[in-house]
Amino acid sequence: MDSCMAGDLLKETFPEAVRDIEEFRRETSITVDAGKIREVMTFLKENEKLCYDLLLDLAGVDFDDRSPRFMIAYLLHSTKFNNKLRIKTTVAEGASLDTVSDIWLAANWMEREVYDLFGIIFNNHPNLTRILLPEDFVGYPLRKDFPVKGADFDQPLQVCLEEER
Amino acid sequence: MGVETAAAASLQEVINWARKNSVWPVTFGLACCALEMMVASSSTYDIARFGSEVFRPSPRQADLMIVAGTVTRKMAPMLKRIYEQMPEPKWVIAYGSCACCGGIFQTYNVVQGVDQIIPVDVYVPGCPPRPEGLLKGIITLQEKIAAEPAGQRNLVSLPWGNNG
Repeated sequence: MDSCMAGDLLKETFPEAVRDIEEFRRETSITVDAGKIREVMTFLKENEKLCYDLLLDLAGVDFDDRSPRFMIAYLLHSTKFNNKLRIKTTVAEGASLDTVSDIWLAANWMEREVYDLFGIIFNNHPNLTRILLPEDFVGYPLRKDFPVKGADFDQPLQVCLEEER
Repeated sequence: MGVETAAAASLQEVINWARKNSVWPVTFGLACCALEMMVASSSTYDIARFGSEVFRPSPRQADLMIVAGTVTRKMAPMLKRIYEQMPEPKWVIAYGSCACCGGIFQTYNVVQGVDQIIPVDVYVPGCPPRPEGLLKGIITLQEKIAAEPAGQRNLVSLPWGNNG
């Protein structure tokens, strides 16, 4: 089964959820409705003609001139048929998205990373806390409106150990 | 100069001599500068010539902390804890531009110089500095230790805080 097949099957099964299918250099990207993401992902994983059993990556993108502002891209791989598929969905600022961390366990940390750097909330995530930045960090650094240097990079740093508090 | 003062001064000299020739670093590396630090203990550069070849796996047994690499804000508490765990007397070498001043990383997640967290004795700039740089840093530190006057540090330090 090639990845074009996934587009046709998805369009057949979720006619109202599939927004766009694009093909570029034999890579298929399918944009789906954020509200249907769990149904679509479960279908892609469990349909035996597709069998996308591996989540390679899950990334956030900030288009600060677009509405809705954020895009989440899921890169899927089928170990059975050895092909890849990109699923995209859009999230508005302040809106949230359902987690897929129970479908692919790999999504757990990836969603935390997206939350950490973009501030996108994933509903029903088992442990949605910061993963890369310190827990008391303020702001979401990969957003386009975040200054590259941060607000206070050149200010003196106070490090207070737990036993000193 | 009284006899006691003279005796204390020469005792201080003996202690400084002993301290400067056995500066044991703690095994601690943060980024690419740590690779240069490891090379410094190879046979080509042979840090053992200066008595610093014994990289201790525990901060409790170490005298010197070579901060080799970029100190991120998330790493800062761990770095400070390791420093606090080292018994007196202890010294710090900031090895590389990042440890000295943040280097090329003028960002929100990098500490702009490890001297914001712990006191630094010798700065070795470079990106990364060559192993000779570290050796020069250690020699400079040895000169600094040899010149320490009496009374600057306790002659004997006990781990439970009852300093002699």
